[in-house]
Amino acid sequence: MWEWSPIRDWLSGVITPYWTYPLLTLVQALMVMVCIILTMAFYTLAERKIIGWIQARRGPNRVNLFWIPGLGQPFADVIKLMFKEIVIPADANGFLFRLAPFLSLIPSLAMWAVIPLSPEHAFANIDAGLLYILALTSMGVYGIILAGWAANSKYAFLGAMRSAAQIVAYEIAMGFAMVGVLMAAGSLNIGEIIHAQHGLFGWNWTWLFPLLVVYFISGVAETNRAPFDVAEGESEIVAGFHVDYSGMAFALFFIAEYVNMILISALTVIFFFGGWLSPFDGWLPDDSWLAAPSFFWFGLKTLFPMFSFLWLRATFPRYRYDQIMRLGWKSLIPVTLVWLLVEGFMVYFHVGPWKGHL
Amino acid sequence: MQGIRNFFKTFLLWELLQGLWVTLKGLFAPKVTINYPEEKTPQSNRFRGLHALRRYPNGEERCIACKLCEAVCPALAITIESDVGADGTRRTTRYDIDLFKCIFCGFCEEACPVDAIVETRLHEYHMENRGENIMSKDKLLGIGERYEAMIAADRAADARYR
Repeated sequence: MWEWSPIRDWLSGVITPYWTYPLLTLVQALMVMVCIILTMAFYTLAERKIIGWIQARRGPNRVNLFWIPGLGQPFADVIKLMFKEIVIPADANGFLFRLAPFLSLIPSLAMWAVIPLSPEHAFANIDAGLLYILALTSMGVYGIILAGWAANSKYAFLGAMRSAAQIVAYEIAMGFAMVGVLMAAGSLNIGEIIHAQHGLFGWNWTWLFPLLVVYFISGVAETNRAPFDVAEGESEIVAGFHVDYSGMAFALFFIAEYVNMILISALTVIFFFGGWLSPFDGWLPDDSWLAAPSFFWFGLKTLFPMFSFLWLRATFPRYRYDQIMRLGWKSLIPVTLVWLLVEGFMVYFHVGPWKGHL
Repeated sequence: MQGIRNFFKTFLLWELLQGLWVTLKGLFAPKVTINYPEEKTPQSNRFRGLHALRRYPNGEERCIACKLCEAVCPALAITIESDVGADGTRRTTRYDIDLFKCIFCGFCEEACPVDAIVETRLHEYHMENRGENIMSKDKLLGIGERYEAMIAADRAADARYR
């Protein structure tokens, strides 16, 4: 990702060059991970604050950090969770019960490897980035299913089954939406997907608007967030798949869920809003930093889908289970299929901004 | 026709967008929450909180052990024992209120002919040990002495409605 030439040269002198690359990669991976976990920590605070404001409350404002009320809340939560006992039910399958939180957390962190944060900073610029993401989003569900099964509790099992059925249904719509993006870009490489989009109104969100809506809705369903949070459904099945988890084991599921939300937001921006491209590209002189593609634009744009997650949660009541299935199978998938057909014609007859291929 | 219109309404998520607009307005609406320890809601002078036993200005206990409060108490929270004191008057030797039983209805205060037992505005109290829920005569008199100014002012403000 980063060149880091001085450090690399210095390290090559100290240890053998053979070990320099893995070591630097490890350090960079750790840095990205810490940044993501910090973002996630403040995202939980943002969620409580924003949902509070929407409900005419103030949200957490008791733990001060840098004299800002409530800013220390995530750290207070983490400290509380770390000191809680992790209870493992007597009838649970101990190995799988311990494994499940990691199975849901690791894929959600691993997916960040292919996300280009700025033009230069793609951790792994691989050609099949999109496939890698599709594969790992499916991995995440194993954590949920195993957690529900290993706890040996009926509530947890119900939550896991619901989550599995839901994710299977929505993964198809999500995959089709990605196929639309793939057709537009003509590449699976995420950097090239971004480069295939030109100018504010040439980004995929204009031509692929139905796919954007479908992608975001299935993203919400995929992360088990309200209004599709039947897997947790606190009013029906207590807390769903993580009823029996406490302390840091629960926190791992929590982190995985929020990292996934941030990831879906980042992917929405990459696929439909031009990633790190500037909206003023072509309108302002090319040498101004506002027009230059940078992490600034990527971060700024990612905040909007992230806010939408919270906004949706504060607005809509939970869908009934059969409604979720109907929406997934009977609305989203036909919409994506029809739009893929339309897009296919557009690509074939060179309508729209996609000229470079076929 | 209606069917077509409904189809487009559903398909374009029209009602969902309306709902989102409502919550977006709510995001910027003024917040109603009170920051409790720093800010407090207004309190009536008739507030029925922690009990107190009052004294006359000359220091004499008001309570004459008539036991009307014990009789009227719907939760049976009051226990009174009485005896004849050194000056030949009837006085309580024991006056216990069990705060766990008390429902703060204020009947004891209504029943009292000499305004001895009153309920004060105090509601921010806590217990740390077993048995502290029993308000003994000493504790009740202590509260009465400490907050006499507040209690008297509240009674005076309410006097014309009684």
